[in-house]
Amino acid sequence: MSKEYSFYPGCSSQSGASSSNYLTSVNAMCEELDIKLNTIDDWNCCAASIGYAGGGELPRVSLSARNIALSEKQHPEQDIVATCAACWLATREASERIKESTKIKEGTGLALKEAGLEMKNDKNVRHMVEVLVEDIGMAAITDKVKKPLEGLKIAGYVGCQTNRPFGIDGESFENPQYLDNMVEAVGAEPIRSYEKKVSCCGGALAFSEPDKSFNLIKPILESAMDNGADMIVTPCPVCQMNTEVYQDKINEKFGTNFNIPVVYYSTLMSVAFGRSAADSALNGQVIQAEKLNAIAAK
Amino acid sequence: MADEIKTGAYICKGCDLGNRLNTDQLEMIATREGRVASAKSHDFLCGAEGVKMIQDDLDSGESNRVVIAACSRRAKTDAFNFAGVPMSRVNLREGVIWVRPDEDEAQETTQEMAEDYVRMGCAEIKFMSTPKASEEQGTNRHVLVVGGGITGMTAAIEAARAGYQVSLVEKTDALGGTTGQLYKRAPTRAPYADPEDTGVTELAQMLEDDDKVTIYLNSILSSSDGAPGRFDIEITTGDATQSISCGSIIQASGQTEFDANQLTEFSYADAPDVITQLEMEALAKAADGGPVKRPSDGKEVQNVVFVQCAGQRSDKEGHLSYCSGHCCNTSIKQAMYLKDNAEAAAEGSSIDVQTTILFTDLRTPGAGGEDFYRSGQNKGVTFRKGSVSGVSADAKVSFSDLILDEDDTIDADLVVLATGMIPNSGRNNEREDELAAQKTQLEAENKEVPQEILDEIAIPVESILNLKYRQGSDLPQLVSGFNDSHFICFPYETRRTGIYAAGPTRRPMDTQQAQEDATGATMKAIQAIENAGQGMAAHPRAGDLSYPSFRKEGCTQCKRCMMECPFGAIGFDEKGFPEYNEARCRRCGTCMGACPVRVISFENYSIDSVGQQIKACDIPDEFDEKPRLLVLACENDAYPALDMAAQNRFEYSAFVRVVPVRCLGSVNTIWITDALNSGYDGVVLMGCKKGDDYQCHFVKGSEMAHMRMSKIADTLQTLNLEEERVAVHEVAITDIHRVPELINDMAKTIDEIGMSPFKF
Amino acid sequence: MSDLNQALATKYKGNFLKEVIDNVEEGDMVQMCMQCGVCAGSCPMGPHWEHTPQKIFMMIRANKREEVLASDSMWMCTSCYNCIARCPRELPITHIMHGLATYAKRLNLVPKTQPTAKFAQLFWNNLTSKGRVNELKLGISLYFMNGFGEGVKTAMANQKLGLNMLKTKRMAINEAWGGHSVKDKSGFHAMLKKAAEIESDSIEANSK
Repeated sequence: MSKEYSFYPGCSSQSGASSSNYLTSVNAMCEELDIKLNTIDDWNCCAASIGYAGGGELPRVSLSARNIALSEKQHPEQDIVATCAACWLATREASERIKESTKIKEGTGLALKEAGLEMKNDKNVRHMVEVLVEDIGMAAITDKVKKPLEGLKIAGYVGCQTNRPFGIDGESFENPQYLDNMVEAVGAEPIRSYEKKVSCCGGALAFSEPDKSFNLIKPILESAMDNGADMIVTPCPVCQMNTEVYQDKINEKFGTNFNIPVVYYSTLMSVAFGRSAADSALNGQVIQAEKLNAIAAK
Repeated sequence: MADEIKTGAYICKGCDLGNRLNTDQLEMIATREGRVASAKSHDFLCGAEGVKMIQDDLDSGESNRVVIAACSRRAKTDAFNFAGVPMSRVNLREGVIWVRPDEDEAQETTQEMAEDYVRMGCAEIKFMSTPKASEEQGTNRHVLVVGGGITGMTAAIEAARAGYQVSLVEKTDALGGTTGQLYKRAPTRAPYADPEDTGVTELAQMLEDDDKVTIYLNSILSSSDGAPGRFDIEITTGDATQSISCGSIIQASGQTEFDANQLTEFSYADAPDVITQLEMEALAKAADGGPVKRPSDGKEVQNVVFVQCAGQRSDKEGHLSYCSGHCCNTSIKQAMYLKDNAEAAAEGSSIDVQTTILFTDLRTPGAGGEDFYRSGQNKGVTFRKGSVSGVSADAKVSFSDLILDEDDTIDADLVVLATGMIPNSGRNNEREDELAAQKTQLEAENKEVPQEILDEIAIPVESILNLKYRQGSDLPQLVSGFNDSHFICFPYETRRTGIYAAGPTRRPMDTQQAQEDATGATMKAIQAIENAGQGMAAHPRAGDLSYPSFRKEGCTQCKRCMMECPFGAIGFDEKGFPEYNEARCRRCGTCMGACPVRVISFENYSIDSVGQQIKACDIPDEFDEKPRLLVLACENDAYPALDMAAQNRFEYSAFVRVVPVRCLGSVNTIWITDALNSGYDGVVLMGCKKGDDYQCHFVKGSEMAHMRMSKIADTLQTLNLEEERVAVHEVAITDIHRVPELINDMAKTIDEIGMSPFKF
Repeated sequence: MSDLNQALATKYKGNFLKEVIDNVEEGDMVQMCMQCGVCAGSCPMGPHWEHTPQKIFMMIRANKREEVLASDSMWMCTSCYNCIARCPRELPITHIMHGLATYAKRLNLVPKTQPTAKFAQLFWNNLTSKGRVNELKLGISLYFMNGFGEGVKTAMANQKLGLNMLKTKRMAINEAWGGHSVKDKSGFHAMLKKAAEIESDSIEANSK
């Protein structure tokens, strides 16, 4: 029987948005692993990590409260699952804040009422990688592999928010292993000693403070190259975006010549599970992952 | 022993000894060279059958002394335990096969090593007899506690609860001490959130109600003499003096607050609203939960600054160099008085007392320290890392904020200085002697005695114990005036056996630590009474019955033994001959090592018992290119370190012969001279760390040995030998990598400077 | 100085810590900082902070109200949560920085040219307008946030990036007309309005 979850896709996964390719590959991956994602109808933005300034605390928490309330109504028995790091973080944080503070609980209650909603706040809010690590397991993933990604050396860039502050499966914040384990599960070679595994890419400040952020992105790419990586894999849309699409600008700024593909774990799995290049969203790569294209074409 | 010496030598073949060594050859050496009555091998000597073999021989009278050639003397002590029978342990396992490679080319030197150790064991046993307690001992189940503060009161109640009679002597007219002056104390149990009652009143009541406890108020010890198990005490109360006897003494003489008048930069002498922590306790007591009022005009305080480390942790003249340990928690506690009182008074309104703790390093030791700090933060106490440069007469505090890197001032109503504690440790006899000697010397040379020497001599210090020992009236001190107690291994053990220091007289501490200290010291005091009753040593040679005696006809009455004894155990009679006080003796043998005419010995440890081992070794002639190195290793740390190195199979030179000694202090220079004279190429001494942060189990033994050995260079010169042939090392029990290196270094040195010319 | 700012400064005179405890998100944890500096050492933007979080906490206790609130420092936070993960006292440092930033914005004390402050406001406006982010409009408004001339320059410089995104269908021109939205827009807006009101009222009340 397939595992079902109440799915919160988030703004960047929508068609024509910056991580629409992530959702495509997640869908292919979930089909193979018999995971059923039931999208929360009429979900709204979580305010991500940059919404704080405009919104303040209570409006921000209310955004997530609305999503949780909708999920409770639509999929009462299912955990909420998000694929975007910021979506997961904001929703889980809001849920915890409401649990801890009566003031916030009362405030969100009143706000939700205006939208005709109410919440019990008894749901687990989880990230897709938690589902893979905790509910599915690496062995089951390996079982589904039809085209092992043999010969590929991959730097697992975990980044920040799919790691801190909640952590995945109780792992260390300084050196989590889950992404490397996924790489291994699909038959590729992880770089476990990748120095920049949990470094920050600048997040949303890549937009407002590009120079400062490029100084952070460069070493992330550099370390992957130095470790002989064929590509970088990441679980986070902002990480993916910042490390992939700015490579041109970084080369311009630093006189480097980075041209390293950055893919999602779901892309790797989809290809390894034997899905097509299109299902795996390989066409969504600004920097083409040629080695994955080749495997997908086999 | 009047009986004929009949030694049985037993050689173990277990633990691979039988494969690695030629045990037939060892048996032959024991018989022919060691002259033992019988020599036997066994496959598993420490097993029931092996032990039975030895016991049968002892029972049948075939042997009355045993040499066990097996593992280290530190192993299998339960199996090889023959009551009343002198025993020498020959260390073939840790001392030989475990430190040598199992290779054909090493076999010859490994076997030679084993043979020498068998010779040494057979030589040692000839000079060992069974120790018996002297007839001096007494048992007196009465503990004397000096000081009626929280430490002394706790010690007294603990001793009484254990069934011992207690006399508690307190100088003032009431029990309680410094803790009795506190409003409350820092919490001693979870959740460590709020100040708690000191418990002094209840404790005092408990003591008064206990019929095992006699309390002497307004009293001092005017005289104390004797030894563990039989101390004679005079207690003077006003004009009256009475004598009591007791088995052991706990000194809990406490501390005195540092004199803040010395802190002119903080205006203490001029400003009524600049006070010490103890004065703050008085204000809090007076307020008793209400608003605290400042001394100058009685105004309710609203802005209070606590200055940490006032005159302490400072290298300025007259300041305390050390951390007093309690003051950070005390300031947090006092800030809480103000916060809690304000909260109680305001009941939710925003009236608040600002409390700022200015610290350079906040230290909140103990299990609850961190929680208490957090609780202070939770209650709104402000903590600022800042170095205070001055406090004005109107309580304006100037400081430099060490986080923000800027100068700032706070206009306070009240400033509390955390001034720290000075131990009440009695007279520093050692320092007094030193000053007197300096003065005498200068006067003899017709030179002017510097004023600072005269000033220091003039400062009157009250004795606490008024000991009638030759070595002075009070417990010796270590650094900063604290009573010397063995901080690393035996915290309450002072250098006067049977007298235990507890509380802030031995190191800075808070009330809870003082109570724990009191409990520990009480247990030691009880142990001392029971040991003394049986004539047994206190640790580290706990249970040892041997004690030193001397050959009167050889003694030159030089008194070196009395001077070097770390424990004041030796006096002298009217003719100047030493008098050993067995109950005070810790059996280290420092007297034996010190004796220039070598007349001091123990039944089972003597100049001969070691000297003959040294001489028993076979010294190959110069052309064999087999040097011989002697290692004298302290049995407390160095010898265990060597054993552990062996357990790890760290190899070292096959030319070394190791002899364990009780303490480096027991090493007599004759052993070294004899060794060099008889052809040893090098001598290595391994003892514990000396100095202010000593690890020597006998406090001063290692230091004495180092002093003696500093003069060995002259001896070497007269023998025309290189200085490098003798090395003295301080070794810790954890130095298991280093000890083999030290041995190998000496082997290398000998390689470089060549063999000794003294081979016969 | 805004009226609210003036009122709050007067109300909490001499006790900025109390003002932070009462009005800033997770502000009550500021007093628990033990000044170890691990946050400052762990921050990826560390070199760019005028005052590191450690110093900000100390400044709050030292009553440096204007210096803290008008500071550019909190706006350096990338929300990487490294400080939270490492703080031995478990202070929610990221949230406190966000809280201080939004409090400064409310009191109109943010430095005028702070780019992240501007972007964060654009982002909020963008997402609240239809309930979901419109990345195309966000990008365009970002380019033009410092005026039209600057915007054209930025847009030109990022032309290739934009083309790449379009090519991979990770940006869509049709988002310019309409775009994604929640269905229950009125309910959504009513909810946000209520939440904002509750928060403002609470701070207003504290200023009196």
